[in-house]
Amino acid sequence: MPDGNRAPHVDILRSQLGRARGLGASHEGTGTWWAHTLTSIALVPLTLWFICGMVRLVGASRQDVADWLANPLVLALMLCLLLMTFHHMRLGLSTVVEDYVHQPVLRMATLLTIRAATLFLGLACLVSVLRLGL
Amino acid sequence: MRDVRDALMVARNTDGKLVSRPLSPHLQVWRWPVAMATSISHRVTGVGLGIGTLLLTWWLVAAAISDNAFAWVQWFLATPIGMLALFCWTLSLMLHLCSGIRHLLWDAGLGFEPETYRRNSWLIFIVAGAGTVLIWIVGLAIWW
Repeated sequence: MPDGNRAPHVDILRSQLGRARGLGASHEGTGTWWAHTLTSIALVPLTLWFICGMVRLVGASRQDVADWLANPLVLALMLCLLLMTFHHMRLGLSTVVEDYVHQPVLRMATLLTIRAATLFLGLACLVSVLRLGL
Repeated sequence: MRDVRDALMVARNTDGKLVSRPLSPHLQVWRWPVAMATSISHRVTGVGLGIGTLLLTWWLVAAAISDNAFAWVQWFLATPIGMLALFCWTLSLMLHLCSGIRHLLWDAGLGFEPETYRRNSWLIFIVAGAGTVLIWIVGLAIWW
């Protein structure tokens, strides 16, 4: 809070540029954004295909799901969808956490949990789909 | 005052006294333009889709494990709560998809004019809503 009639006084005299230098992403800052964008481009057609597939499988038995995945093209598309989805999800959820969770320990713990959970659940999906389809 | 950024946040009032400048009011103060609603809904649906993906994971893993495990998922999805979850998932997917396509157009430098921006915001809600209803009509028709 400013103090009465005194002139503004600044404790830290380093310039903003000096404080920020060396702390940035140093030429790799766009990598995350690019991955997010590429996965989203892939997910536009994949999502539309996935919705059609799921609608056809409403009330399906386990055998129906296995029969659907037995087609190599369906299996490959499903693998693409899962890889893109989990990658996109990890980046998206991390962005949300980076924006709203400021407490350093909690922030790092949440980010690592997201990484671990998306990796594990993504692999679980991939293995399940392969087991059903192969 | 900690650093020079704070110096930008103070000014003298008419009495010549040094005071903090008022800060911009937050979310609850503004009226809700449709562009703000699409922006917020993109984030909310994005997080919501995370929950939807958990549902998909359960469904796929159960299908790979056993008939019994799969029967449990199918039972849950047919309960009112399961149906509601599926409906919210469909709506979130459609909203995030439409809004995501607009994000891609923005990345290409398109659609920044205020009029286009507003029109597209409405379009997102209309297309996503209509798409969700269509998907559910077809889905329920197959079910019965």
